[in-house]
Amino acid sequence: MSGAAAKAAAAMPIAAISLRSTVWIAVTLALIAAPHAERLPLWLSGLAATFCAWRLYIARMRLELPARWLMVSIVFAGALAIYLQSRTLFGRDAGVALLVLMISLKLMETRTQRDGMMLAFIGYFLVITNFFYSQSIPTALYLLACVWLITATMMGLQYTQPPADTRSQLRTAAVMLAQCVPLMLVFFVLFPRVQGPLWGMPSDAFAGVTGMSDTMSPGTLNKLVYSEDVAFRATFADRVPPQNRLYWRGPVLMDYDGRTWSAAPRAMRNQVELDRRANPVRYTVTLEPHNRRWLFALDMAGLIPPRANLTVDHQLLSQTPVNSRLRYDMESYLDYSFGADGNPNPVRMLAMPRGFNPQTRELGLKLREQYGTNNEAIMSAVLTLLREQKFVYTLEPPLLGAHAVDDFLFKTRAGFCEHFASAFAFLMRSAGVPSRVVTGYLGGEYNALGDYLIVRQSDAHAWTEVWLPNRGWVRVDPTNSVSPARAEGGLAAALPESAVLPRSLLPSTPLFHQLSLTLDSIANAWNQTVLGYNFETQRALLTRAGFDDTSWRTLAIFMIAATGIITLLIALLTLRNRAGQRDFALEAYRQFCDKATRAGIPRRDTEGPLDFARRLAAAKPSAAPAAGAITNLYVALRYDKNNKNNRLQELRKRVRQFAL
Amino acid sequence: MLAALKSQFTDWLQQPRTPEAGPIVLSQRRVYILPTRHGIIFGVVLVMMLLGSINYGLSLGFVLTFLLVGLALNGMLYTFRNLARLHVSANRTMPVFAGESAQFSLQLTNPGELTRHAIGLSRERRPQGNENYTDVPANAAARIAIAIPAKRRGRLRPGRLTLFTRFPLGLYHAWSHVHPDVFCIVYPRPAPAGLPLPQAEAAAGSGASYGTGQDDFAGLRTYHAGDPPRHVAWKAAARGQGLLTKQFSGQAASEVWLAWALLPPRMDAEEKIACLTRWVLDAHALRMAYGLRLPRLEVPMASGDAQRERCLEALALYEVPS
Repeated sequence: MSGAAAKAAAAMPIAAISLRSTVWIAVTLALIAAPHAERLPLWLSGLAATFCAWRLYIARMRLELPARWLMVSIVFAGALAIYLQSRTLFGRDAGVALLVLMISLKLMETRTQRDGMMLAFIGYFLVITNFFYSQSIPTALYLLACVWLITATMMGLQYTQPPADTRSQLRTAAVMLAQCVPLMLVFFVLFPRVQGPLWGMPSDAFAGVTGMSDTMSPGTLNKLVYSEDVAFRATFADRVPPQNRLYWRGPVLMDYDGRTWSAAPRAMRNQVELDRRANPVRYTVTLEPHNRRWLFALDMAGLIPPRANLTVDHQLLSQTPVNSRLRYDMESYLDYSFGADGNPNPVRMLAMPRGFNPQTRELGLKLREQYGTNNEAIMSAVLTLLREQKFVYTLEPPLLGAHAVDDFLFKTRAGFCEHFASAFAFLMRSAGVPSRVVTGYLGGEYNALGDYLIVRQSDAHAWTEVWLPNRGWVRVDPTNSVSPARAEGGLAAALPESAVLPRSLLPSTPLFHQLSLTLDSIANAWNQTVLGYNFETQRALLTRAGFDDTSWRTLAIFMIAATGIITLLIALLTLRNRAGQRDFALEAYRQFCDKATRAGIPRRDTEGPLDFARRLAAAKPSAAPAAGAITNLYVALRYDKNNKNNRLQELRKRVRQFAL
Repeated sequence: MLAALKSQFTDWLQQPRTPEAGPIVLSQRRVYILPTRHGIIFGVVLVMMLLGSINYGLSLGFVLTFLLVGLALNGMLYTFRNLARLHVSANRTMPVFAGESAQFSLQLTNPGELTRHAIGLSRERRPQGNENYTDVPANAAARIAIAIPAKRRGRLRPGRLTLFTRFPLGLYHAWSHVHPDVFCIVYPRPAPAGLPLPQAEAAAGSGASYGTGQDDFAGLRTYHAGDPPRHVAWKAAARGQGLLTKQFSGQAASEVWLAWALLPPRMDAEEKIACLTRWVLDAHALRMAYGLRLPRLEVPMASGDAQRERCLEALALYEVPS
C-alpha cells in the first residue's frame, strides 16, 4: 500500500495546501454543516467543531497532523456510536451523521491541494443533504451563499501565487455562478421528472414533521396547538366559506380503549355517496408533507383525488404516505346528508372498554331511559348539559385519572377540544347512540395577498359524529356548545383572557402580522412553483408551452440545444477579443491624415507623427499650430500610459475642426 | 463542416514540431482542453447528486445540481480563456557549461484586461508537479522559466514546450504547445583544474613558470605542492580561506596560444576540448591574452570577457557530434 502511494506521489508530486486555503475550506464546511448541528447528536457536533478548530490551529502553528491510526480509530468509534444511537447507518439522520463524521476526519487528513479539492466536492454534496430537512427560501439563500464560498475555495486552491485580494476571487466565483443561472433554469424546467423514487428511501427520510396522528388521547391536540407550522394551504375558486363551516376532515377515530381513541384499518369505497344539497365549494389544497396517508378536505368531500381512496367513514387516504408537498383539486358539499346510507356498524360504534368511567355509563343509561330511542333528544340534552354546567375551555387542562371521562365530566370540567369530543362520544355510546371522533382542523387564516387560506397545526381540532336513524352520520361539535367562539374566531378568541397563550397564538402588531402574511404568500408561491415542480406540473407546463411530446427524447434534444446556445452565448461574452478593442485615438488621427492627404500632403509610411507634423508645418505654416496640437494629443493618448481617455474628446474635436 | 474539422485536425497534427521564430500568439486554435482527474470526479459527484435529487424528489437538489452542471461548463470556458491569446516570446538564454541546467525563459504578454493566473510551463504533455507557474497581469508581461539539463556541449534547444493552466476551478487542463526558435550554447565541461597552461610564446624556453611571470599580481589559485612559499597568500590563509598561491603575470608571459596540437595525441577529441576549455578558463582568470587554435579553426589572440565567450563558444560548437 505504501509502495503504491509512493509511486503515485512520484508520478505527480503534489502541492501542499496553503494556510489560506485551509482556512477557507474549514470555515466553508463548518458553515454548510451548521444547519445540521441541531439535528446531529450533540457529541458529533462538538467533535466536528473541535476538529475544525484543531485543524485551523495546526495550520496556523505549522504543526504536524495527528497520526493516522488515531484518526482511523476515531472514525470507527464514531461510526459505532452513530450505529448504536440510530441502529442503522443507512437512514437519513445516520447517513448525514456519518457524512459529517467523515468530513471532519478528512479535514484532519488534508495535506495537499488535491485533498482540498476532494473536500470541496464533498462540500457540495453536504449542501444537498440540508435539503432533506428544509427547502425553504431562507435555507436556499443560505446554502446558495455556501455554494458561492465553496466555488471561491476551489478557485483559491488553484492559485500558484497568493492573490492580490480576496474580493476578486469572490467576485469571479459569483460571476461564474451567475452565468450558470440560465442553464440551470432551462435544465430545471426541462429535465424529465419521474414519479416516485428510483430506489427505496430510508424509513426516516421524511421523519420529524409535525401533524395529526391517527390516535387521540388527552393532550395530543393541545401539543399541536403550540406549533406554528403550516398544515396545508387552500385556494378557493370562489369565496372562502365562513370560519365556522371550515371543518377540515382528517382521521376518523372509532376505537376507544379507555384513554386513547384510534383508527383501525377499514374498508374503502369507490365513490362518494352523499345527498348533495347545494353547489359544491371548489378549491385546491396544497398539503405539506406529513408522512401519513390522510388528505384533508372540508366536510364533506365530493370527489376522490387521483391516487387516493375514500374510506367507508368518509376519510380520504392517499395510496402512499404524503412525503412531499401534494397538491390536489377538491370539491366539498358543506350542506350534506348521508341519508339512510351511512349505516353504522353497531357493534363497533357502540363498543366501550369494560371497567372504565362507571359514572358516565350510568348517566348514559339514565338518558336512555329518559328519552328512549330518540337519539336526537339525547344528543341535545347532553349538549345543554355541557353548556349549562360551566365547562371551561382551556389549553392547560388538569390531569385526568384512570377514569378520564368521569374525571372530566364530573370533577375537573375543564378541557380542550379533545376532552369534549372524547367525553361526548363516550357518553353517546353509553346512551346507546353510535358515535365516533373526527380529528382535523377548524378554520384557517385568510391571506388576502395571495388569496388563499393558511391552515396551521394550531388550528387542530376534534369533534364528533353521531348516527341518527334517518339522517345518518351528523356532525356534532361539543366544543361549540361550551365555547362558540372557537368556531367563529379561532382558538385565540375561544380562550379566556387570563389564559397564557402559546406564542403561535399571541396577538401581534398589525404591521408584523401583515409582514408574516406577506412572507407566507411568498413561501406559498415558492412551494407551488419551485418545490412543487414535479411530474404532473412539468407535463402541464410543457403542454401549455406548446410541447406536443414531453418524452425523454424530446426534452433531451431541447436541453442539449439549450446547453449549446447558452454556452455559446457565455463563450461570446467571456472570450470576446478584448485586445481587439477599437483604438479611438488612432481612428481620429487617421481622419486627420486623410484631411492632409486630400490637401496634397500625404503622410509617408515610414514617417512618425512628429516628423509628419514638422513637414506639414513647413508646407503649410498656417495649419502648424492645429496640426501640432493634434499630434501632441495623439502621441500623449497612444504612448503615454498615465494619460488615458480624458483627452480623447479634445482630440476628436480638434480633428473635426482641422482644415487645410 | 467536415472540411473545417479536417483542416483543424491537420492543424493539430502539424502543431509546432518545428521551431517557430518570433513572438507566438496562443490563438484559440492552438489551445486544447480536457478535463482533469478532478474534473472527472466532479462529474461523478454531479451524477450522484442528480440521482439523489430524482430519488428524493428534491427540487432544490435539482437546482443545485444543474447550477453545478453550468459551473462545470463555464469552468471550461474560463480555463480556456485563461490561456488563450497570450503572446509568447523567448528571452535570450545565457550559456551554461555541460552538466549544468540551461534556464530557458519565456516572456508571456497579456494583451487583455483580465489577469491570467497560474500559467505553468512544462516539457511534458502532462505536468509532473514541479513546474514553474506565473501570473500575467492585465496588459502586462511576465517571465516564466524552465530549467533543462544541459548534458552535452553544443546548441541545446528546448524542443516543444507546453504552456498549461487549470485555473480557475482545476476541473480542466488547458494547454498549448510552443516551440520557440531559441537555443542555449552549452560550453564543454572543463577538465579538472590543475592542468598546466602551455608555455607562453614570448617566454618560450626561458622560464619554468607556465606563462606566469612575477611582475604583476594577477590573482590567486589553489596551492599546489611545490609552489614557492613566498608566493603563498598567508593573509588569505589566516582568514581561513585555505592555502592559496599568488600568481603574477609578467608582460612577457601574458600571451599564450591554446592549441589543439599541444595536447598529447592519446587524448580523444572530447578530452582535448575539455582541456582546452580548462585552459581558456585559467588563462581568462589570469587575465592573459590568449588565442585558440583548433584544426581548421582559429580564434585570434585577445583577452577579456568577450574573448572568453568567443573561445568557449568556439569550443562548444566545434564539430559537435550529432
